[in-house]
Amino acid sequence: MRIFLIGIFCSITLNTYAQKPDLVSFEQLQQRYTLSKDTTYVVNFWATWCGPCVKELPHFDRLAQEYAKAPLKVLLVSLDFKSKLETVLIPFIKAKGIQSEVLVLTETDANTYINRVSPTWSGAIPATLIITNTTSTFFEQEFSCDELKNAYLHHLNTSKK
Amino acid sequence: MKKTIGVFIAILFAVTAAVAQGYKVGDIAADFKLKNIDGKLKGLTDISAKGYIVVFTCNHCPYAQAYEQRIIDLDKKCASLGYPVVAINPNDPKLVEEDSFENMKKRAKDKGYTFPYLIDETHATTDAYGATRTPHVFVLQKTDKGNTVEYIGAIDDNTEDAAAVKNKYVEDAVNALLKGEKPAVVSTKAIGCTIKWKKS
Repeated sequence: MRIFLIGIFCSITLNTYAQKPDLVSFEQLQQRYTLSKDTTYVVNFWATWCGPCVKELPHFDRLAQEYAKAPLKVLLVSLDFKSKLETVLIPFIKAKGIQSEVLVLTETDANTYINRVSPTWSGAIPATLIITNTTSTFFEQEFSCDELKNAYLHHLNTSKK
Repeated sequence: MKKTIGVFIAILFAVTAAVAQGYKVGDIAADFKLKNIDGKLKGLTDISAKGYIVVFTCNHCPYAQAYEQRIIDLDKKCASLGYPVVAINPNDPKLVEEDSFENMKKRAKDKGYTFPYLIDETHATTDAYGATRTPHVFVLQKTDKGNTVEYIGAIDDNTEDAAAVKNKYVEDAVNALLKGEKPAVVSTKAIGCTIKWKKS
């Protein structure tokens, strides 16, 4: 009986965890990835309509799982149109079982924030920013699982110096 | 001797970097001959104009689709003023079926394109320009020296909502050039789809 109740509780929690992403401005996003000086934030810019982005998304959840004990936080920043939140993005997150936190960037003029993420960013996605306090490394590329892990570890090395 | 080699290597890096990155505002843009949807080769020299709005765009990308009508409108507005649109598909159809030559023809017909829609089969033009996403615009002005790049970047400042646009970058750039002035904004960045090309 207890197991049954625990099972029900878990499934309810998991279902309600089908996350509703926060809508953030760029300032709010920046605050999120500079919140803790000791945490490494892996900030991925993606969209449901971007094939290469969708393909690499599971690698980010896997990274978070592998380094669950490390001060690592993965943020998946969706650039999907705001109008597609309920109809496209939320069902997509649920269908793919995405565990990491998804934020929706609501800025309409990307020109105002692209250079602030990285002056080398052309605006193409997928793109990933890895940042610890004031040290950041930026990648305008698609990652394989290994490439993402290596990028994270390489960043840790450079931010320790 | 070491100094000479050092200088030589430095120049080599600079040249490679410049070639790898594509055009900057002020550069002379090379012409091209690419296959148009009517099956014939077309280049800038085949189009009599004061300048050109070169747009790297495609069928499949939602960002390109969001701008499609605005690209059509730009040609309607600017071609008669001397600045026609020239659209180039930089994607490899083997990677994106939706961007195949047949689909390009179909889309242009369905949407009533009034401008050339060219396919960059070798990727040489895309590489020379340094286009990195779709859509990506290069506004060129015809001068004695050649076609100078006067603006690079986004069409305007709001992809999702055409009605909420505050800055029509390309249109403003063309208007400035027509007045004999330089555009107030010469370079912007925007989110777009990556260009789908086979990795060598």
